[in-house]
Amino acid sequence: MTDNRKNLALVQKGLRRRYRAERRFRLYGILSISFGLLCVLLLFADIISKGHSAFLQTYIQLEVTYDSGILDIDDVSDSGQVALGNFDGIVRAALLEQFPQVSSRRDKKELYQLVSSGEGFELRDRLVANPALLGKTETLWLVADDDIDTYFKTLDDDQVFAGMVSERQQAWVQALVDADRIKLKLNTNFFTRGDSREPEQAGIWGAAVGSFFTLLVTLVLSFPIGVAAAIYLEEFAEKGRWTDLIEVNINNLAAVPSIIFGLLGLAIFINFFNVPRSVPVVGGLVLTLMTLPTIIISSRAAIKSVPPSIRQAAIGIGASPMQVVLHHVLPLAMPGMLTGAIIGMAQALGETAPLLMIGMVAFIVDIPSGPLDPATVLPVQIFLWADSPERAFVEKTSAAIMVLLTFLILMNTAAVILRKRLERRW
Amino acid sequence: MTTANLLLVIFLLIGIAYYLGFDRSRNLARPLGGIRHLHSLPVYYGMRAAIWSGVPALALLILWVIFDDALILSALLSGLPEQLQPHTLSEKNLLINSIENLASGALSTEGVDPAMIVASERLTELRRNGASLVTAVALSTAVLGAFWGWLKISPQLRARQEVERVFRIALLACACVAIFTTVGILLSVLFESLRFFHSVPVTDFLFGLEWSPQTAIRADQIGSSGSFGAVPLFLGTLLISLIAMTVAVPVGLMSAIYLAEYANATVRNYAKPALEILAGIPTVVYGFFAALTVAPFLRNAGEGVGLTVSSESALAAGLVMGVMIIPFVSSLADDVINAVPQSLRDGSLGLGATQSETIKKVIFPAALPGIVGGVLLAVSRAIGETMIVVMAAGLTAKLTANPLDAVTTITVQIVTLLVGDQEFDSPKTLAAFALGLMLFMVTLALNFVALHVVKKYREQYD
Repeated sequence: MTDNRKNLALVQKGLRRRYRAERRFRLYGILSISFGLLCVLLLFADIISKGHSAFLQTYIQLEVTYDSGILDIDDVSDSGQVALGNFDGIVRAALLEQFPQVSSRRDKKELYQLVSSGEGFELRDRLVANPALLGKTETLWLVADDDIDTYFKTLDDDQVFAGMVSERQQAWVQALVDADRIKLKLNTNFFTRGDSREPEQAGIWGAAVGSFFTLLVTLVLSFPIGVAAAIYLEEFAEKGRWTDLIEVNINNLAAVPSIIFGLLGLAIFINFFNVPRSVPVVGGLVLTLMTLPTIIISSRAAIKSVPPSIRQAAIGIGASPMQVVLHHVLPLAMPGMLTGAIIGMAQALGETAPLLMIGMVAFIVDIPSGPLDPATVLPVQIFLWADSPERAFVEKTSAAIMVLLTFLILMNTAAVILRKRLERRW
Repeated sequence: MTTANLLLVIFLLIGIAYYLGFDRSRNLARPLGGIRHLHSLPVYYGMRAAIWSGVPALALLILWVIFDDALILSALLSGLPEQLQPHTLSEKNLLINSIENLASGALSTEGVDPAMIVASERLTELRRNGASLVTAVALSTAVLGAFWGWLKISPQLRARQEVERVFRIALLACACVAIFTTVGILLSVLFESLRFFHSVPVTDFLFGLEWSPQTAIRADQIGSSGSFGAVPLFLGTLLISLIAMTVAVPVGLMSAIYLAEYANATVRNYAKPALEILAGIPTVVYGFFAALTVAPFLRNAGEGVGLTVSSESALAAGLVMGVMIIPFVSSLADDVINAVPQSLRDGSLGLGATQSETIKKVIFPAALPGIVGGVLLAVSRAIGETMIVVMAAGLTAKLTANPLDAVTTITVQIVTLLVGDQEFDSPKTLAAFALGLMLFMVTLALNFVALHVVKKYREQYD
């Protein structure tokens, strides 16, 4: 009796300490999860706070006269004349008209920097589309230069970022503000253009199209091959050394660093087979090899989840093993396989490193029109912009990240919905 | 005919072959009293004809697409006159290049050796002839194959078995892509590495303490000898991985333990997918975050307490990489912890242990092999991670263990050596493949051990 009481006292003595340890341990767990969640929040908040301003762009309203004297064009249908036309000249004339007091050469040079240097091409396209404009005057909103854009966007903040903008230019911007001739509008360039050295003219459409073609090639190759490999391994492979070798290889490839696949693409596809660099086909081939393990593993899981009774029933009424698989198992496993394919594609969409190896980092202005045109992809575009020194590219990069993340979230949500809606519980 | 059009025509022929086979089998069956007197369903006769028509023609076409350049160029070179015959590889490449430019009209023919002009015309002709030859051969193969498939159809023909055998071989071929990929990786890094080790001894590469991969353009250039000692890169990689693991392992492990043992269903349903978001974010985004947010923050914080933190510090890259790996560790650990049998928990709790004591003294030791396997897999991820370090870590190879200093890693060097145009015979580019070989070997070894450990452990409780 006394022994028992002694033990009880002993336990009771340590109990408070043990409960404290218990609470501490639990706290560590909560802290860990909070840290992880905080990182998610921080990442999104950081990207959005940096990138949201890129969806708006500073525009300056000017009276542009398509003066045939300055342009040196008398016939718009003559493409040679149009190509040589001095469209920058009419932008400059319009700026001078807005600020007639500017006279010295140095001042004029600064004044001309208010408007983006790419706007001449925009005016050319307008004139070609509507030749009747020659000699007429139009009131147009022209894209401002990136320095002016950054300055104007921070004008209302406590800390104005002047950067390269001179005091005279600041005064002109103020004059434009007073005249209500400068404002922020939706940045259409960002969604319709390819890459550019001028941040205000740079867009993600070229990279988005490149990503589309690359993913198309990846999907067309990796889904059938992955599904076929999964069917073979689950339904036909006899246990043995060969099958073991395949399985070990798939598991290992799933964990090989992605940059190694880039080396493979460089040495085999580009160097040995002489496939041209920078084209979505090579990118798609490399990403196919990279995503195959993901697709094979998820497809195998989907095939495994089809109950054996289905197979037995099919065999029972005389189907051959191949008919069992193609007519019964495959359709039932399809939702799971599609989910795996979407997840694999999301992985491929975000991949950068192997594509750097095969030359998809080139500076490409044109929008690719097919999988054999040189192109870049969204993550590589982000990498390129992140490397650019211009401050205006920081917001462009963040905005491009927001677009990329939106696509990824859409794909993953689609995968989740597909799984919930179509997957059957047996 | 262009390859795309040829492909289209072949597919059309395959379709026709299918229809003809299908139709003939039905016609043969009609006098016998319906298709139940055939050995296989008409579909299989059609497919058999389609396979006979398509497979040989497509195989031929693929071989041609792969080898056409080599064949045409060797035919061209053997036809060249004596004085133009190239002696070295680079001479040969130059010659081929100028002939191609002449042929495409990019180079004007003025003042060019007339033999070259003849060669360029020959190249154009060879190309044209080659293309028409392959068109003729591929199309006749397809037609002949279809005819053969059509001819052999009889009610006794075991068409289903034949078609299924072809399907089965196709499935096996797809499964073998994994093996080919591994072999391809090995061959590509191994061959280039061997060429690299011809000019730089293996021991210099593995144990050298200085890394400055410049190669001389002129023979007498100063300061461009190029040294390829990879130890600073290995150390830099290890340092960054170590920082990443000190973040990822405790946080990932504790999150997994909390979610598996403490959290109620609601918390688990929301916290787990939220954590998994971290795994779905592209690495280039982490790189941007590390370079533009974390690194400046650390530098400013360092200035505040009087420390000099490099703007490309190993700490910034390592921390962000750790965050990236958290969900990887936690989901692996979650699997392992859930695999520990409930009876072990019940036994420990029944003896009066608190929950944390049960976890620490019973579940954790039981799950340890699996956790170790998971951590090894995470280490291999950290070593092979590229974009974060390319964007946030430095380029200078320094022998240092100071996390506030800038270091460089294997993957950073591979990217810097290989991005852009490069020639394939300088040790500078080949060094990248040697680094790739190292990376592949190390990650392969880690994965192998990890998978083995995890598998062994799973068998214990199954």
